[in-house]
Amino acid sequence: MNWKTFLALLARDAHVARRSFVQLLLQTFLQPMLFVFIFGRVMVSSGYMRPEYKSLLLPGIMAISMIFTGVWAVAMPLIAEFQFTHEIEDRLLAPIENHWLAIEKVCFGAAQAVVSGLAVIPAAWLLLRPGVDLNLHSPVMFAGVTLLVALLSASGGLALGCSVGQTQIGLMFSMVLTPMIFFGCVYYPWSALASFPILQKVVLVNPLVYASEGLRGALVPQFPHLPVIVVFLGLVIFDALLLIVGLRQFHRKAVT
Amino acid sequence: MLPAIRTRELRKVFTSAPPLAAGGGFAVRRKKDQPAREIVALDGLSLDVRTGEIFGLLGPNGAGKSTTVGILTTRVRPTNGQAWIGDYDVWAQQVEVKRLIGVVAQRPNLDFSLTAREILLFHGAYFGIDSRTRSTRADELLDRFKLSDRANQMVRGFSGGMMQRLSIARAMMHDPQVLFLDEPSAGLDPQTRLLLWEIIREYNQSGKTILLTTHNMEEADALCQRLAIIDHGRNIALGTPAELKASVPGGFLLRLRFATHSPELLERLKTLTGVTEVRAQNDGVDVYADRGGSLVSEIANITAAASVELSDVHISEPSLENLFLHHTGRSLRE
Repeated sequence: MNWKTFLALLARDAHVARRSFVQLLLQTFLQPMLFVFIFGRVMVSSGYMRPEYKSLLLPGIMAISMIFTGVWAVAMPLIAEFQFTHEIEDRLLAPIENHWLAIEKVCFGAAQAVVSGLAVIPAAWLLLRPGVDLNLHSPVMFAGVTLLVALLSASGGLALGCSVGQTQIGLMFSMVLTPMIFFGCVYYPWSALASFPILQKVVLVNPLVYASEGLRGALVPQFPHLPVIVVFLGLVIFDALLLIVGLRQFHRKAVT
Repeated sequence: MLPAIRTRELRKVFTSAPPLAAGGGFAVRRKKDQPAREIVALDGLSLDVRTGEIFGLLGPNGAGKSTTVGILTTRVRPTNGQAWIGDYDVWAQQVEVKRLIGVVAQRPNLDFSLTAREILLFHGAYFGIDSRTRSTRADELLDRFKLSDRANQMVRGFSGGMMQRLSIARAMMHDPQVLFLDEPSAGLDPQTRLLLWEIIREYNQSGKTILLTTHNMEEADALCQRLAIIDHGRNIALGTPAELKASVPGGFLLRLRFATHSPELLERLKTLTGVTEVRAQNDGVDVYADRGGSLVSEIANITAAASVELSDVHISEPSLENLFLHHTGRSLRE
């Protein structure tokens, strides 16, 4: 492992992200904030939703922002750089084992996901207040869940970015990410699926469920949520799985 | 001293479309249930490139040049055989190898998210060069490659020639011992090509080894100290450009085109003074000889006597093109 090279690769990604800061900001915040505004504000103040929904919604919005940011930050550049521009070739020739480049991408994507997750909380809180009842009872658990969710998003980005062809980007969103969001317990707690017992079991293969439920347990424990141990187990298993798949796919792309 | 680059019996079989520029003219499509169609890109290639020389790989598209460069630069995994850069096994000791080499790929792969100067600076940083050295060296290279006035612009808007110059500058940024240039002057205007040749020679004079691929005869002749002619993944001839040209029988090649020809005509052509070899082709005859133009009238007499109408005569002087034709029966440009 060559730290100098690793840090230079991180510096390059940070430099590029800084250059496209406004674009990143819009990409990260626009959709969640619109959602928060419509469902948390419009629907609640018009009486179609109960006021508690504001608090229930916030962890889900945080999860979805993190997942989107991480997947986007890792997958989109990889798809473009391996298939359109080939600009990754220069970094594949840097004096470091190829898998460290993939790990660097995951670290950077995860960092971006953490930033977006942490920034969404105050932004959503400002948009929703008053009536948001956050209860950060265990900062350690919150930090643990946040880091695992960030890693989940970036590893997922690596796996997708190295598996999806340039012509399938649209398909990736409509076939993978959209169902994941709707069946990811983002807008409702997992317990709300109780009247659909089969669906309730099936959605457990969706890693986003553990992300939203975990953040719900860390931020608004007054609502029903999956037990902490299940959340951690689910996140660790999916993190490992996606990272392994991602690294394998990366290697297949990097060397012919 | 160990050779800078060694390969032993390198073989590469692609089961899907070859990547990068290694694709050449290939196009692979496979239907379900059909076994993968195999393309042999390299078929037992052994090479020794000496330290400090400019070595050329010459061959037509799809000959295996880019695959060779791909394997030597850690980007393509050989199916069989081994390759070394200096002491290091390319496949087993990739990081050590990457430290020693600089690579210019056939198609541009510049970092579009950065400016020209940043591309050089970050490349230097990947190789652990300190920031002051990085900055000085980037400025020197930008100046040398006549890119200083565009240094702080994003490369997205650069012309093909500018991108190619910057790619080469980037490959030289960490001062590699071995520089790989895959078709370096493709798409460059003549003036830039001359600048590039000058820079390559200069870099070589500082003791560096350079391996370049080309299908341009003039470039191979002007630049390379030794050449390997590659076709169908095999090394078909090796030597200095002069040695290789001298190895073509006679040196001159006269390509005669006519509708029909007979064995008697071929025999009579062989008896002409200076003719060393006569080869029948589909639409005519290739005559290898040690003289060119002075043979034409005698050939015309023989064909007229045989009532054969000559439709075309093309004379080429001793060249690598003739050498390639002689070994493969095909033109390099085909």
